[in-house]
Amino acid sequence: MPSRPRHLDQRGRLAVRALRSVNATSRALGRGSGTVAGGRVALGIDHDILRKLLRGRDVVLVSGTNGKTTTTALVRAALGVNSASNITGANMAAGIVAALANDNTATCVLEVDEPWLPTVMDAAADAASRSVVLLNLSRDQLDRASEVRQLAQRWQTGITKATQSASWRVIANVADPLIAYAVRDVSNVIACAMPMTWRSDAVSCPVCTRPLVFTSDTPPMWTCTCGFAPPTPAAVFGDTLHVEGRSVPLQMSLPGRFNESNAAMAVVAAHALDVSLADAADRVSRVTSVAGRFDVRRWGERTFRLLLAKNPAGVEALIETVAAEGRPLVVSINANLADGRDPSWLYDAPFQRLQGATVWCDGSRALDLATRLDYAGVAAQLVTDDATFPHCLPDDAVIDVIANYTAFAQWLKKSVPC
Amino acid sequence: MLRIAVIYPELLGTYGDGGNGLVLRERALRRGFEATLVSVSIEESLPDAEIYLLGGGEDGPQRRATDALRTDGTLAQRLDDGATLFAVCAGLQIIGQSFAVEGGDTYPGLGLTALETVRGASRRVGELLVDVDGNDLVGFENHGGHTISHGANPLGVVRRGYGNDGEVDGIHEGGLLGTYAHGPVLAMNPWLADRLLARALGRELEPLATVADRLHTERVRVVRQMSRVP
Repeated sequence: MPSRPRHLDQRGRLAVRALRSVNATSRALGRGSGTVAGGRVALGIDHDILRKLLRGRDVVLVSGTNGKTTTTALVRAALGVNSASNITGANMAAGIVAALANDNTATCVLEVDEPWLPTVMDAAADAASRSVVLLNLSRDQLDRASEVRQLAQRWQTGITKATQSASWRVIANVADPLIAYAVRDVSNVIACAMPMTWRSDAVSCPVCTRPLVFTSDTPPMWTCTCGFAPPTPAAVFGDTLHVEGRSVPLQMSLPGRFNESNAAMAVVAAHALDVSLADAADRVSRVTSVAGRFDVRRWGERTFRLLLAKNPAGVEALIETVAAEGRPLVVSINANLADGRDPSWLYDAPFQRLQGATVWCDGSRALDLATRLDYAGVAAQLVTDDATFPHCLPDDAVIDVIANYTAFAQWLKKSVPC
Repeated sequence: MLRIAVIYPELLGTYGDGGNGLVLRERALRRGFEATLVSVSIEESLPDAEIYLLGGGEDGPQRRATDALRTDGTLAQRLDDGATLFAVCAGLQIIGQSFAVEGGDTYPGLGLTALETVRGASRRVGELLVDVDGNDLVGFENHGGHTISHGANPLGVVRRGYGNDGEVDGIHEGGLLGTYAHGPVLAMNPWLADRLLARALGRELEPLATVADRLHTERVRVVRQMSRVP
């Protein structure tokens, strides 16, 4: 039994007991950990339970469209201390409540769903210390989430309010104009400039909608005729990470340029929390897999590397990696509620960069993907039968699988660790 | 040479809208026609083209795109001269008399058709199935508008989803076509892409078999099985 969370009044203790009861019942019925259900019950009993569970802790929040889970894991590694976290990926209030109720550790590093960030920041007002890492904002699941400019506006309002009522370390990737917009009224931002391949949501100014002019690629810098421009970055990542006049190389075990950026943000966050740059960089270099992502696994006598991408910016980042390595490739696309029910976004992802390759199209929206690839000039094969499919693939190479959210879960379930 | 112009993709390209231009160009090229696809930025004048495409966008970009097209001032004449304009979602609202923006205000549209868009009772998010002269138009809608026809000729009759007003969807007047099925709707509806191409090229087109035919059949089958109202 986990220890009793500190600082809880009678209502808070009742909420946590109910949460654990729901968790236990769910597990007994074989319906999973009951994390979110338990968190919802706790929030129903005590609307203030999140604030109470965060009280007195050292809190680090991580949010953004892409890289939340990975960066959260990298921040935890970089800090080098035990920390509580929502490792199941349940990143709305209920999931965060459940994670905190079951782990009393003084430091907590939490990934936060983008629309929930203002709420969670507000709830952290009584924490011992508060830090937030803001990665990027781009189009994602428009059928259930806000359009991205609206989201940036909500962040701007919420982050400004939270930082006016309590002190925060705000570590923000201001190379992304929407992030710079979200923190424009925040003083003492630790401004970072990370490589940025996805720019389709950064073409027009978040303030006035005029076209932004990129004045530099490394680091990505931009300006608008209305005067809106990012603050001078304190941390820049190109080939190495430069922080306030010092530089540190990042040798990553995780694949991809995007993970170097995630790691750089994690190192800057840890540095802001008094970890040396060298220690933080060393620690993130040892992380090899995060929640199954980038894992190499076996299924049907074949070996697969599982890669998660849920939106065009995520796919673009992975295409850069898989195209360079040239392995056989499966792309698996579902359109369940958690994926977004509308796969129109496939046309925003640069699949044409896979020309010359053959892509196996998998998932409930394989036909949408095959059509997209056909118009992009990429050879597509439809996966029609899970029983025979692996035998169509080479058995002497690692096969890359890019899957969106629920498709990724299905691949994790049907495969086993090597 | 068939010229396809995507208008202001930096403002009206919220969710895969660029796919429509790609589909039109590819289906023309595969039939042996010469075709080019150009993106027109907001700082450029509209170029000569046979097909113009307007996509979806958020409120601020939608207003800015409307202003820029009003300033450019050539779209109505180009339509009179025989060009084809295909407008989806916010694009559909832009070509009307007026549309609703945040805060309940009304913004003047381009007035290319009688359509008037007011704020709907709720946001309409889900699969859209429209009967267009016996053809199935299938796609996904995601908008907060309620569009009043005022006698304008709709593209088709809504079978599932909301479209303009729960009864009809879009617009079809001469070379002006539009729908609330957003994003790359032509990818899912190759017959509609070919109808636009045939009009722009001024000739009947031979059938072109692609995997998109299977996608269309599959999506129509799936959406027909859903309840009429999301």
